[in-house]
Amino acid sequence: MTSPSSAAPALLARELTHSYGPVRALDGLSLTARRGEVTALLGPNGAGKTTAVSCATGLLRPAAGTLEVLGVDPWRAGPEHRSRVGVMIQDGGLASGTTAGRLLRYGASLYEAPLDVDEVAEHLGIDAFATTLVRRLSGGQRQRLALALAIVGRPELLFLDEPTAGMDPAIRQRVRRLIRALAETGTAVVLTTHMMDDVVGLADAVCVIAGGRTVASGSVQEVITAHHARAGSLSMRLAAHGVDPAVAPALEADLRAAAARHGADLEVTGAGAADLEAVLLDLMAAPADAPDGARPSTPDAAVAEDQEDR
Amino acid sequence: MTAPAPGTAAARPEPRPAPRGRRILAHAGLEARILLTNGEQLIVAILLPAMVLIGLRMLPIGRLDGTDPVDTALAAALATALISTSFTSQAIQTGFDRRNGVLRWVATTPLGRDGYLLGKILATLLVQVVQVIVLGLLAAVLGWRPGLLELLTLVPIWLLGTVAFGALGLLVAGLLRTEAVLAVSNLVFVVLVAAGGVAIPAAAYPRLLRGLVDLLPSGALGDLLRACVAGGPFAIGSVAVLLLWAVAGCLAVLRWFRWTDS
Repeated sequence: MTSPSSAAPALLARELTHSYGPVRALDGLSLTARRGEVTALLGPNGAGKTTAVSCATGLLRPAAGTLEVLGVDPWRAGPEHRSRVGVMIQDGGLASGTTAGRLLRYGASLYEAPLDVDEVAEHLGIDAFATTLVRRLSGGQRQRLALALAIVGRPELLFLDEPTAGMDPAIRQRVRRLIRALAETGTAVVLTTHMMDDVVGLADAVCVIAGGRTVASGSVQEVITAHHARAGSLSMRLAAHGVDPAVAPALEADLRAAAARHGADLEVTGAGAADLEAVLLDLMAAPADAPDGARPSTPDAAVAEDQEDR
Repeated sequence: MTAPAPGTAAARPEPRPAPRGRRILAHAGLEARILLTNGEQLIVAILLPAMVLIGLRMLPIGRLDGTDPVDTALAAALATALISTSFTSQAIQTGFDRRNGVLRWVATTPLGRDGYLLGKILATLLVQVVQVIVLGLLAAVLGWRPGLLELLTLVPIWLLGTVAFGALGLLVAGLLRTEAVLAVSNLVFVVLVAAGGVAIPAAAYPRLLRGLVDLLPSGALGDLLRACVAGGPFAIGSVAVLLLWAVAGCLAVLRWFRWTDS
C-alpha cells in the first residue's frame, strides 16, 4: 500500500469534457483527490458527478482533457490497475440471482489477497442476510453489499456513490467510521452524495460541480466561508446544553439581540437532521428499562431487525 | 464496535488481481450456479428439451425415413437445449445484468468485460454439459444407443451452434430494453423450436417455407444435429449457414452491444 503521505494525487482530472449526443455532461471539469483523504463530489442531479466518476473508473472515455488515476489513464488500464480501485456504483451492480454471501465471496475471488470475507461481512452486518438472494435484499442491505464488494480487494482508491443511502442510523454511523478509517490508513476515497451530513462528518475536501464544471472546491469550511463571504452571511452550528426549557425563548431572544448589535439578522432554523440522528442513536443505545420506553438495540440488533422487516 | 475496521491494518498487501484463469473460472462458476439454481431457467434448459425428446419419441413427428425415432427426437431435443441455454437464458441474464448495473460494475473490477464474456461462455458450456448428460441418459432409457463417431462429430457442430446462438442472445440483450429482451427471447425460442427447423426437419416443410427454414440458424443446427445423431444427410450448406450466422452475430455484437442503459 502506498504511503498516506504520498505527494502525487490519487486522482487528477483537468478540463475534462464529455457529451451524450447534444447534451454536454462535462464541460471542463477539474478535480483532485488525494491519498488519505475523503473527497466529496457535490452537485444537483445531472451536474456531471456520475459522468466524472465513470470517466475516472474507465467506463467512459472523456472527449478532451487530461485524466490520471493512480498515475495511469483509466481508459487504457488493465486488471492490475483495476485491482487498485474499488467502485460502488449508483445502481448497485449486483447480480440478483445469487445470495449475498456467495456474491461477496465471488467478488473477493477476483483478487490475489482480498480482505477476510467473514470479517467484512460481520463488520457490515452482511452475515445476517448472507443466505438471502440478492434480489430479495432491501435497499440498505444492497448498499452494504455493494460497499463490501468495493472494499474487499483492498483498494488504494475507492469510489463510493451515495454510500449511506437507505441505511438506518446505526449502520450509517458504522459505514462512516469505516470510510473514515480507510482514509486515515491511506486510501483515497471519492464519494458522491446528496446527504450533507455525510459530507460534514466525513469529507476532508469537497468539489462542487454544476453544469459539468467545478464551481467550488476546498475543505468544507473553506467552501462555506468563501460562499458566505460573497453572500455577506456567517453560518455556525450552535448547541446550548443545560438549558431550562422555560428560559429557552429568552435565550433565543438574547442571541437575536446580540446579532442585532452587530447589524446582522439571526436566522434560527431549529434542530437539523444530524440532531435527529444523534437522538435516534442515543435512544437505540438506551438500556431496556429506560423510562420513556426506549428499547435496547445495538447495531447488530438493528441488522437483525432490518432482516426481519423485509 | 471495538474491532478495527476491515482493510485498515497497518501492514497490508499490495492490491493485486487474481490470475486471469481463476477470475474467469470464478465468474463461470457464479453464472453456471445462477443458471442451474433458477427454477424458470431450469424449465427452459432441462424440462422443455426433455419434453421435446419424449414427445417426438412418442408422436410421429419430425422423423426421418430409415432412422430410429429416438435418434431424431434426441437431435431435436439437443438443438432445443442448445438454443435455450445459448440464446434464451443468456439473453435474459445479460439483459438483467445490464439493467442492474452488473455490466458496469464488472468493467471496473479485475474481471473486466472480456473476462465477463469468457466466463459467460464457459458457464454456458458447463450448463450444456449437464443438459447433454441429462438428455443423453433419458434418451438411453428410451432406447438410444450412441456410436463414438456420432458423439465426436457432435462436438464441433455444438460449439459452432453455441457461438451463433450465444452471439444472437447477446445481441438481443445488448440492443433491447430488459422487458423486451424477456419477451423477444422467449418468443423467438418457441417459434424456432416449433417452426424453425428444430422439431421438424426443413425437408418436411412446404416448398415455399423450406428455403426460409434452411436459412435460419435453427434450421441449420437442427439438420446438422440430425446428421450427427440420426445419420441424416450432412449438408455442407447447413454448416455454411450456421457459420455465417456465427460470424455475423459476433460482428453485430462487437458493433452494437451496449454495456449500459445510458
